[in-house]
Amino acid sequence: MTAVPVLDPVQVDAGRTPDPRGRSRRTWSHRTRLAVVYVILIPFGLLFVAPFVWLLSASFQPVSDIFSWPPQWIPAHPTLDGYRQFFGAGGAQAGVWFLNSAFVSISVTVLQLFCNSLAAYVFAKRRFPGRSAIFLLFLATMMVPPQVTMIPNYLILQHVPLFGGNDLFGAGGHGMLDSYEGLILPGCVSAFGIFLLRQYMTSIPDELLDAARIDGASEFRIYAQVVLPLCRPVLAATAIFTFMAAWEDFLWPLIIISDPNKFTAPLGLAMFVMKNQTSWSVLLAGSVIATLPMVVVFAVFQRQFVQGIAMSGLKG
Amino acid sequence: MFSIFTLFALLFAFYLTFHEWDIINPDKPFVGLQNYSRMMTDTDFQQSIINTFYFTGASVPLSMIIGLLIALLLNQGIRLRGLFRTMFFLPQVTPFIVIAIVWKWLYNGDYGLFNFYLLKAHLITQPLHWLSDQNLAMPAVVLMTVWAGIGFSMVVYLAALQAVPEELYEAAKMDGAGGIARFRNITVPQLRPTTLFLLVIGIIGSLQVFTQIYVMTNGGPVDRTTTMVFFIYQAAFKFYQMGYASTLSFVLFAMTLVFTAIQLWLYKKADQ
Repeated sequence: MTAVPVLDPVQVDAGRTPDPRGRSRRTWSHRTRLAVVYVILIPFGLLFVAPFVWLLSASFQPVSDIFSWPPQWIPAHPTLDGYRQFFGAGGAQAGVWFLNSAFVSISVTVLQLFCNSLAAYVFAKRRFPGRSAIFLLFLATMMVPPQVTMIPNYLILQHVPLFGGNDLFGAGGHGMLDSYEGLILPGCVSAFGIFLLRQYMTSIPDELLDAARIDGASEFRIYAQVVLPLCRPVLAATAIFTFMAAWEDFLWPLIIISDPNKFTAPLGLAMFVMKNQTSWSVLLAGSVIATLPMVVVFAVFQRQFVQGIAMSGLKG
Repeated sequence: MFSIFTLFALLFAFYLTFHEWDIINPDKPFVGLQNYSRMMTDTDFQQSIINTFYFTGASVPLSMIIGLLIALLLNQGIRLRGLFRTMFFLPQVTPFIVIAIVWKWLYNGDYGLFNFYLLKAHLITQPLHWLSDQNLAMPAVVLMTVWAGIGFSMVVYLAALQAVPEELYEAAKMDGAGGIARFRNITVPQLRPTTLFLLVIGIIGSLQVFTQIYVMTNGGPVDRTTTMVFFIYQAAFKFYQMGYASTLSFVLFAMTLVFTAIQLWLYKKADQ
């Protein structure tokens, strides 16, 4: 009670209060502990925010200031040049990359929600021979690293028949390489998504579905109007994960896309780093813009997002 | 769709491992186990396995331990917990490519913030070239990955901490258990499933590390940061040796299977 390294007036006050001894000691130690927690947390938190602050600040600086020594935290000559160049003179395609990313991510998300939930419904609520075996097979594929299927998928896309200059036997052209379809289709189902949704759907009582069946609802209608609305929390969580993963996916677009007009935002930025080592203002402006959609999605759906992590995380 | 891109692809990949397959030459000879024997003597690939293990062994435990510490601090009933949580979680909602770009700049030898503050604090006497120094490149990549990954383990640990029944702590307090004893005998065992989950997910994920390598070091200097997936990527899409690259990817697959099996085994043991 005597040696207090941190001299916070509030604490000193707390020590002097004429409360009964025991109570005073408790608030004292409680406050000391809180103070220690803050003393650790605040600098740590700043370490996490600092790179973002610097990114934001530097994106508004002219190149000469970015390369200044000492580094500037507050832009001395604020400018929108980086942003202007990113969308205009410097790289006319940059705007297109973001549209590409938006289109691909949204398509993947919508397709996944539909395919995953449909498959999950079948696995959860329909009986057919071999159901559990097929489901197990689906689950087992979750263990396959995407890098194992990426090479064969590349070759499969290359030889899609009657597409991208290919003939009936999938030869001659480049198939679905360098196409939006190639970016979207391999990502339109996920075993993990099916698994999460199925677990959730199993908890929906069968009586509910039977009641709808007696009322003459078709199987698809039961899925769409009875089961789906009940799954909203899981659907929201998986939609957010899928969107974010699709938005920041890098390796797959890197492999199959070579036409700069079809770059996604991460790919475009990476190519920018490789080629224009000097245009950092443009690059940083692009980085800020690429981050925005994910931050917005996170800010809007924060609760579902954190719940989703806990949901998938704790059930393992 | 799923069947084509996963199941068929898997079989196709296996088929590829027995062939010499480049995408230009129409002739794809069957080469038997040649790809496998080549792999056994490929010291560059073995180096990439060692690099990947180094990366995994350093980054996974660090981000878990720091994530747990922060979760414990956030669980002390402090104010503005949501704000702090968001701060630590921020890297998780940033495209990884952006993080890699920013950190590449932070590490910049001539203008980077790291050198600036280290010089200012007189911890170093001359600027360090983080990403082009053979001994510093991998630790630099690890540090950046830990920074980016802490938020995830923090959120998962925080959720698990809040699920620990308060009565356990109350009861222990009654029995006179101190803070450290309570942590060792209640918190740690209660968090075991979470720790296991994070460990396995973390290991499997970091065996697949690619983006930061590609952007920050491109595998260099002198292959010091060439990881397995980077090596496979180069074999397949730089040298177009699809058959050989597929063979290598099965090593990754086998490692993933081993860790998943260990996880299942540990879960079973925990249940008993």
